Formats: sequence, structure tokens, C-alpha cells
Amino acid sequence: MTTVALKPATMAQALTRALRDAMAADPTVHVMGEDVGTLGGVFRVTDGLAKEFGEDRVTDTPLAEAGILGTAVGMAMYGLRPVVEMQFDAFAYPAFEQLISHVARMRNRTRGTMPLPITVRVPYGGGIGGVEHHSDSSEAYYMATPGLHVVTPATVADAYGLLRAAIASDDPVVFLEPKRLYWSKDSWNPEEPQTVEPIGRAVVRRTGRSATLITYGPSVPVCLEAAEAATAEGWDLEVVDLRSLVPFDDETVAASVRRTGRAVVVHESGGYGGPGGEIAARVTERCFHHLEAPVLRVAGFDIPYPPPMLERHHLPGVDRILDAVGRLQWEAES
Amino acid sequence: MTVMEQRGAYRPTPPPAWQPRMDPAPLLPDARPYRVLGTDAAAEADPALLRRLYAELVRGRRYNAQATALTKQGRLAVYPSSTGQEACEVAAALVLEERDWLFPSYRDTLAAVARGLDPVQALTLLRGDWHTGYDPHEHRVAPLCTPLATQLPHAVGLAHAARLKGDDVVALALVGDGGTSEGDFHEALNFAAVWQAPVVFLVQNNGFAISVPLEKQTAAPSLAHKAVGYGMPGRLVDGNDAVAVHQVLGEAVAHARAGGGPTLIEAVTYRIDAHTNADDATRYRGADEVETWRAHDPIALLEHELTERGLLDESGIQAARDAAETMAADLRERMNQDPSLDPMDLFAHVYAEPTPQLREQEALLRAELAAEQEGAHR
Ligand SMILES: Cc1ncc(C[n+]2csc(CCOP(=O)(O)OP(=O)(O)O)c2C)c(N)n1
Repeated sequence: MTTVALKPATMAQALTRALRDAMAADPTVHVMGEDVGTLGGVFRVTDGLAKEFGEDRVTDTPLAEAGILGTAVGMAMYGLRPVVEMQFDAFAYPAFEQLISHVARMRNRTRGTMPLPITVRVPYGGGIGGVEHHSDSSEAYYMATPGLHVVTPATVADAYGLLRAAIASDDPVVFLEPKRLYWSKDSWNPEEPQTVEPIGRAVVRRTGRSATLITYGPSVPVCLEAAEAATAEGWDLEVVDLRSLVPFDDETVAASVRRTGRAVVVHESGGYGGPGGEIAARVTERCFHHLEAPVLRVAGFDIPYPPPMLERHHLPGVDRILDAVGRLQWEAES
Repeated sequence: MTVMEQRGAYRPTPPPAWQPRMDPAPLLPDARPYRVLGTDAAAEADPALLRRLYAELVRGRRYNAQATALTKQGRLAVYPSSTGQEACEVAAALVLEERDWLFPSYRDTLAAVARGLDPVQALTLLRGDWHTGYDPHEHRVAPLCTPLATQLPHAVGLAHAARLKGDDVVALALVGDGGTSEGDFHEALNFAAVWQAPVVFLVQNNGFAISVPLEKQTAAPSLAHKAVGYGMPGRLVDGNDAVAVHQVLGEAVAHARAGGGPTLIEAVTYRIDAHTNADDATRYRGADEVETWRAHDPIALLEHELTERGLLDESGIQAARDAAETMAADLRERMNQDPSLDPMDLFAHVYAEPTPQLREQEALLRAELAAEQEGAHR
């Protein structure tokens, strides 16, 4: 049996390691974006890579998101595997034209002859006290675009495994990095990091019997905390971390809800037209006869992301989740 | 028989005469940035203007220092300092008439303050208590814009609308060297030139876009040269020479007001501080470079001119510093008070009329706050 030396590592470090290993394993992997070279990215995720692999493979681009993603399309057409960094969630919007009109549908419009293995890394979400345009949760836009994979890690190990899987994927992957978890630590083996199952598998982070919290990315630790707190009130909550929003793991989610009979979807992006609506509908379609209560959603408000001093009121926290759990003791109105 | 043969012999005619649409030469920027201070032209500069610029520069420098200090005390979430770039900021504000509009980027708090905005209100974005703490109409300053270059098309549209209405209003839009790479920069300049909109684009080329130096940003001879491709004049100016910036901007504004269309101005300057207080500039530039630029300081340049001409003495310098200190003390004191924020404001301005869904969410938050209050009182 091999002994595995676990060390405390941050999610940012695991992401760096994943990029490094992917670049070492495959010379076609190229990293590009604003400030990814000399500086190592504003979150230091690409730290040291330019030194190790040279500027041709780790490139500080001009400041132009549409240009970054558009040139990545051409590079992928010619056999490279670009990993693109968008500096912050809201600064990826100039690249939407390329993402939606080309990246997402190139395989389809070329009848399978021109797949685009591009990974688009997007730091997303709030809770770090960022000023305007630095805290958006843009996953619903990506989810609504056929042709893209959309994944988001919640743990250090998943950050590594999912990013390796994303880079290895022959389809474009929007890789959403919960920026408030960049500095979250975990015991992890940086020498022999494990990859994960192929993209598309959810994982049960905590088993429980009385209800399922369905969540992903930055809300996973919040849900785990809520589940702990809920034990005081006699609730034994299961927490499912989706990891992948597209494709969606109906199987794991439905199996969990069938066991518990109740479900709450938790995410910080707005609820209306948000990911939770889709998830609740799928759960209802598959588990209707097992459900003891409607599937509830706990989401951010339907407002532009608020200034940092008010963000705590916007982000779904433990209390709001527990309130929803309380409402699961639902009795049909007579 | 080939198609050609069927149709008869093909007789080529010469192409229609092609004329260049205009002579590009008058649009070309001078090879070297325009300077006034330290040249013979300085003697002609209006003493009143020099004094005004000087007072504003000193105040601006102090403002930058104070705001940076406030980040260390946690009173500001972040501050992108414009230390070293004050000449551009101040000239941008002073060159405009009251009815004109300023379109600042996130670094240009100082330009907004020099235009008359309350220093505290101008900082709310960076403090984190509200995105825009002022009414843009009051001083005709658009909200400080964070996504790069996106304010430029707005400036063009506003200037165009004003002209359609028959108002002689000019819009001045500020952008960084990095921002000139964005598609919006291109689209804004193109619209402005095609519409002959009364707008002036000022690029503060401070050498870096966060860590990326200009040579990785563009291969153009200068950023001012970009103007030629759109069909508008480009001007290069020493961005640390407040008088030169004021003059070049003034001419461009007058040109736009008179119906002459847009101008692109590149002010060559330097960002003395890091990108923001959260950035580590030692990762991408050496101290020598910073020191070279410190020696070309906008305040020292102007101070030298004023003292040489006997327009400023020790007591004058002291007076400017005292005034700046008063501003800083006031800023410090007011910024050290906790802002009173009403969480219910989250829902106040999403739509003119809140949607039913927002009313529900409002009720939820109100109940949560009431429960919090009750918990606190128990
Ligand atoms: C569309 C967009 N992409 C990325 C960013 C992140 N960002 C903020 S400032 C900055 C550098 C800007 O450099 P420059 O335009 O030269 O202006 P300076 O900061 O030097 O004043 C970057 C990349 C942003 N604000 N907007």
C-alpha cells in the first residue's frame, strides 16, 4: 500500500498544479489571458507557469476578452488546447459573442469535424468584498448555451481533478472557479493528486435521511455548515455537490431525493430564471411520487450584485437555508 | 465552347480611378509628446491657470495618498491610485465647461473630484456602500466605469445626442492604455468619427495594464496613431505636463464644440503606485524605472515653472499644502464614520416599479432583519 502524504493546500494551489501537470503532459496545452504570465494572474493561479513553460505557452494577451477567446478558437482549430483565463466573472461578457456564436456550436455546425477543446476559466461569485462587476454568478448564462460543459469545484481535490478533466475534454468547458474558495484549505496530496470521474458526476458530500440540499461551488461549504446546524433541530440533511452543471447528474440527485423525500436547491445567483428552477423541475419530474414537499430554492435575490457592504444580505447563508428546511415540513393546504 | 467564347471576347477596362478619401498627414500625431513646461512656450502660459492647476495637483496628490491610507484602515475596499497621473486627471476636469460631460474609468476618481464632486460621494464605489454615490447629472460625470472601455461608446452616444438636440455640449472620455485593446474602444472611435460626434478621447498611457507593459498591448507606433485609421486627428502629449495636457485637451474640446468632430489624445505618463493597493508591482517592474519617472513629477515640473517666474514662493507652496491638508482631514473624518446603510435599499432601484418577485424577496429580507433586531434585543 502506498502511503499518501497529505498536506494543507489551497484551491488556488491545486488549480496551479493542475495547469502545470496538464502542460507537462501535453505540449498542445496553452494558457492565455490578461496578466497570466509575469504576474501569475491576479489570483496567482498561473504563478510560475510562464517561467517554466515560456511565453509562447503562457501568454500575456492584450486586454481584450473577445480577442482572447476568438484567437483561442483559431488556435484550437489548428490543434492546440487553449486554457483561457477571464480575469473576473463580469469581464467575460465581452467574450460572449465568441463563446455563444462559435465556441459552443463549432462541433455542431461542422457536423463533428471541428471540435474545440477550449477551457475557459472564470473566477466567479461573491463574498470577497469585491466592488461592482467583481462578484457576478454567471452560470445560468453558460448553462443556457447548448454545446458548453459547465463545471465548478467546491473542494481542493475537485479543483485539481475537474480542471484536468476539463483540459482533457474534447469539448469546450466553462470552468467556474468560486473565488471565495481560492484560499480555502484542505489536506491534499500535491505529489500524487487524484483525478476525478469524467465530467458530469455529482457527489454526495454528506449523507443524511431527512432532506437533500442540492448545491455547487461556493454554496457547498455553506450547505455543509447548515447541515451541521440542522442536527440541533433534529434534521439529518444530505448534501449533494453537483460539481457539473452541464452535463447534469440526474441519477445521483434523483437517488438522493428518493431516499430523503425532500429537497432544497441552494445557489447564490438569482433565483428567477436561475439554475435552481431547472434543477427543481428535473427533480420533480423524476421524484414526484417520492416527494413529501415541493422542491424549494434558496438563491440570491433577483438584483444586480450588491455593493460589498450589503452582500451578506444577498448571499444565501445558513439561516436562510435552515428556514427553507423548516418549510419542508409541508402540509398540503386543504 | 467556353462561356467566355459564347459571350464574346472579354475586354478588360481599367478600374475606376481610386482616390484616397483624405490626406492622412494632418491626422498624424507628432512624433514626440507635446510639452510646454521647460520650453520657451511656458512663458506664455496664463499665470492664473498655472496657479489653479498647481493648487489642484497638490490637492489631488494628497487625495490619492489619503485614499490609499484609507484602504489600509479598511475604510475602502480598494483604491486605484492616480499618483503621478494627476496632471491628466486635473486637466480633464478643468478643461470642460459646466454643460460638458466627463466619462471616467475606475481610476479617475480624482478627475471627478476636481470637477466638483464631493470627495466622499466619489468614493462610494470603492468603499463598497453603493455603486455610484452621486447623481451623474449634477456635475455631468458618468458613473465611474469598471468594465474597461465600455464607457467610450456611451460618451459618443451622449455627444451625438447633444448635437442632435442642438446643444454645444462636448463629452470627454478617459481610458487607459490597456483599455485601447478592447473592441469597445474600436467601435467607439469608429462611431465618433463617422458621426463626427463632439467627443474627445483621452488615453492615459501610464505604461501598464496591471502587469502588462505597453509593448505587449499594442504594436502601433503610438496609441495616438490609432486615430488615423478612424479618420480623426491623433495627438501625443506629455501627461505629466499639466499645462500641455490642458492646452491639447482644450484645443480638442474647442474643435469638437465647433463641429470639427472627435480627437484621440494620448497622454504619456506613468503609474507611480501599484495598480491598486492589492497589487504587488515588484513582480513586473523594477524600482529604477519608477525612480526615473518620479524625477519627471507633474507637481515638481509645475512648481519649478511657477517659482522661476516668481508666481509662487514658499508661502504659496505652504498655502497649497494647507488647503490639501484640510481636504484630507475632512475626507478622513467623514470616511471614518460608519456609513449608515439600509439593506432594504437592495430592492429600491432595480426597476422603476419592483416586480412582484422582488416584493416577495423584500418581505423576506424585512422579516429576517426584524428577527435579527429581536435577537439583538433579547
Ligand atoms: C473588460 C474588463 N476586463 C478586465 C478587467 C480587469 N482589469 C481592471 S483594470 C485592468 C488593467 C487596465 O489597464 P489600463 O487600461 O491600462 O488602465 P490603468 O489601470 O493603467 O489605468 C484590468 C485588466 C476589467 N476591469 N474590465
